[in-house]
Amino acid sequence: MRDVAIIGVGMNKWGELWQKPLRDIFVESALLAIEDSGVDHIDSMYVGCMSSGIFVGQEHLGSLLADYLGVNPIPCTRIESACASGGAAVRMGFMDVASGMSDIVLVGGVEKMTDVSGGGATYALSTAADQEYEVYHGVTFPGLYALMARSHMHQYGTSREQLAQVAVKNHENGSKNPLAQYPQKVTVEKVMNSILIADPLRILDCSPITDGAACAILCPAEMAKKLSKKPPVKIIASGHATDTIALHSRKDFTTLNATVKAAEKAYKMANLKPEDINLAEVHDCFTIAEIIVIEDLGFVKKGEGGKATESGMTALDGKIPVNTSGGLKSKGHPVGATGVGQLIEIVHQLRGEAGQRQVKDAKIGLTQNMGGSGGSTVVHIMQAM
Amino acid sequence: MFPARYWREIPQRYRLEANKCKKCGRTYFPPRLVCADCKSRDFEPLKLKDEGKLLTYTVIRVPPSQFIEQSPYAIGIVELDGGTRILTQIADCNLDKLQIGMRLKIEFRKIQQDGEAGILCYGYKCVPV
Ligand SMILES: [Zn+2]
Repeated sequence: MRDVAIIGVGMNKWGELWQKPLRDIFVESALLAIEDSGVDHIDSMYVGCMSSGIFVGQEHLGSLLADYLGVNPIPCTRIESACASGGAAVRMGFMDVASGMSDIVLVGGVEKMTDVSGGGATYALSTAADQEYEVYHGVTFPGLYALMARSHMHQYGTSREQLAQVAVKNHENGSKNPLAQYPQKVTVEKVMNSILIADPLRILDCSPITDGAACAILCPAEMAKKLSKKPPVKIIASGHATDTIALHSRKDFTTLNATVKAAEKAYKMANLKPEDINLAEVHDCFTIAEIIVIEDLGFVKKGEGGKATESGMTALDGKIPVNTSGGLKSKGHPVGATGVGQLIEIVHQLRGEAGQRQVKDAKIGLTQNMGGSGGSTVVHIMQAM
Repeated sequence: MFPARYWREIPQRYRLEANKCKKCGRTYFPPRLVCADCKSRDFEPLKLKDEGKLLTYTVIRVPPSQFIEQSPYAIGIVELDGGTRILTQIADCNLDKLQIGMRLKIEFRKIQQDGEAGILCYGYKCVPV
């Protein structure tokens, strides 16, 4: 297997991009990534997208996006793993380069979510849960994560304030990110007084509805220094795991086993331990998700995610900064693009170009991208070269 | 909802039909073809018990469109006696008095409706014992 490097990244500001169609949102990011890398061609493409069929009535993105990027007839495949589609696309590109099948691969993600009403978006997202045995009964995604939050609070004494502190931290980080959809800072009080969506989760515990794309260029590590204008970043591990689609089929609602298993595989592949990671971008689709995930990644003991957040351990100047980009919460969550957006933040940090958000001496970064209520998870570990 | 999609889940929604792995004893709802634990394909039918306890719950305040008339409503994960877990609405309850561990029983109720002319969708909900 060949070592794989990231030599270019690109994304535009995410948000409610009413005037732009899905194809242009994607192509703009792809062109930025190609330009950032300096390559003059690409050999293949993988694009993560959760639900363009429901959001804009368009499937067959492989053809559409290669066509509009002007790279026909290269192979291009759309990858779907709900909100982990972007991470899964990165993994496909990683395997394509590692195997020797392709040299220069574009991995990306895109989602255009604002062409449907709020109810339409709720419906599209709910298709990532079990249609017949969860969604049929009227549960929503905030509802599923609320069920986890209630369990975590009951079992470990995690407080409502600690949930709010995840949002406060991530908006603080997002305020330093020019590409964040919601860069406004929030306070614990503001989160706790925002409207209830699914008890105990309130609107400011939830990530937003977002249009956006993100792209990266991968190549064999041995070619990276010659091809690339900027310091390349090596992908030293890729872990992927699944869990039951229905939350109620799991033994314990306070842990996300796909995340535990994907992280185990990634740590083993990189020959690293959780304490070797300098910073992480994790899937904070809801505040409770970040608390559970930092436990499941081994940054803190099970049950201590709330306390760790409260103590500042995961803040920008903490022991292990988490979601320096602002996370899904502040940067936005165009579901299929999110996993690639996470990778881009790690690349900026490892190149030392994260500006006000820069983590000092960042050498090793991790991304954790999760689908549905945790039914699939992709973890990548990156290292400065 | 397409009628065939609704119709084929009726044994589960109306009669709580599950199955049990003959080799290791694990029960599945809905019934499965292969056991996730021991990989056996040898199953026997089983009907779920209609009482159990609440494991976790939430109150949905921003519902999907078919549920707007019922909002706000409680959703819980219930462990039925015998160990099978289901996700269901908790009806006829005081939303402020829900508690992890409380006893619930299953009743047959209308779940949702596809607009004015759509089919009426029935199934199980839980109510406090
Ligand atoms: Zn079995």
